[in-house]
Amino acid sequence: MDDMTESRRGGGLQAALRRGDFALTAETSPPDSADPARVLERAGMLKGLADAVNVTDGAGARAHMSALACAAILARDGIEPVLQFTVRDRNRLALQADLLGAAALGVPNILCLYGDDPTAGDQPDAKGVYDLDTRDLLSTARCMSRGSFPGGRAIEPPPGLFIGAADAPRPLDENWKPDGIVAKIDAGANFFQTQYCFDMAVLRRYMARLVDEGITERAYYLIGIGPLTSAKSARWMNDKLFGVHIPEPLIVRLEGAADQRAEGRAICAELLAELRAIDGVSGAHLMAPGGEESIARVIGDSGVLAARSSAA
Amino acid sequence: MYAVRHWSVRNARLLEWLYNKFFSLLLRLHPLFERIGYSRLEAPMAALERGIKGFMFDCRMCGQCALRSSGMSCPMNCPKSLRNGPCGGVRLDGGCEVIPDMRCVWVEAWEGAQRMDEGMVITVVQDPLDQRLAETSSWLRVTREGSMFADQKNEGRE
Repeated sequence: MDDMTESRRGGGLQAALRRGDFALTAETSPPDSADPARVLERAGMLKGLADAVNVTDGAGARAHMSALACAAILARDGIEPVLQFTVRDRNRLALQADLLGAAALGVPNILCLYGDDPTAGDQPDAKGVYDLDTRDLLSTARCMSRGSFPGGRAIEPPPGLFIGAADAPRPLDENWKPDGIVAKIDAGANFFQTQYCFDMAVLRRYMARLVDEGITERAYYLIGIGPLTSAKSARWMNDKLFGVHIPEPLIVRLEGAADQRAEGRAICAELLAELRAIDGVSGAHLMAPGGEESIARVIGDSGVLAARSSAA
Repeated sequence: MYAVRHWSVRNARLLEWLYNKFFSLLLRLHPLFERIGYSRLEAPMAALERGIKGFMFDCRMCGQCALRSSGMSCPMNCPKSLRNGPCGGVRLDGGCEVIPDMRCVWVEAWEGAQRMDEGMVITVVQDPLDQRLAETSSWLRVTREGSMFADQKNEGRE
């Protein structure tokens, strides 16, 4: 994982991963508000619980407060952000400008994403920019972190970003080759945060393949999980969210629970414990749209942080 | 084609007259279009429209034709795709800021609009483009919308 030594400043997330701690990231969504207090109201619940907090960038192809502004507000308040960058809304000039701006405002980590297409959002007539694809953005971020714009103009000092990409654990056939993942790592990815993965059997096989292929020697893997709110929403996620498969036994368990939300949190805490035992998994990425509080409770209940401090 | 594009602006009045005739023909064809099915007509009509308007106006098939509102000068030929008048970079000789050898499409548009009977619709602000309509037939869309409008008017009368 030599590339990771490039990061000049580096944040707590990178440090935790390097130490070999089981890292925790959690997701927050920028509010439909001009009040910075609203940002902290939500993400503040995760302070001290997650190594870093992901800030979504126009999730669902809807406009909210700027992710960059939101990440800067978090950084100012002592919450380390992972700023999500989609290639949907900005051309390469704006992306490069924002990469520098983000670093200047104290953002040490970015996650490079494609972004939901405008047609999925509430203004489907909007233009999708897609001047770069995610791989281009990864290599742009790495190039700039090494000290120059892609055109060669020097950046002094460079932003020193810890660069993330997305992946989706899934059943693989025997002929599968990790070309896509390798390409992202070659382009500059230091870590991966994955789509929701609730099927631990699938994940074990997937991670075993990545370990065999040497992928996890080159990049850290943080697996996406989250507290399900109900059996109904679990079924909806299976139908509508790309790459998500919630196993039927979990849904049945939710259905049978008196308090489905509490059961969802309990399941999430169990998955968290299971993740720690899977070879190649460096941490977990907790997502729950609008559910920062329940993520905080899951982390609190899981004992992951306590295990870390007793090991130290 | 650049030369033809300029001819079209110089003859904006003729083209306005032709378009009005053509539009009423389209409206009369609406029942037939409905019988064939608008979705089935989409591909051949878009190809026809691309051929004709591509030759005459260097049409880019935005699917939301603004020619009547832009003096028969297609605004999509503006390197900045501006649809509500020129940018601040127009050269003193009327040349485009980005492509100096090309006349600014909005300088052309203003001249074309002077020649047209209803050219002053150029002052009506255009909504942002609906990107979903790119590459679709503007003719079919205005026919469908135009006949819906006519239906509503008739219902009001009854």
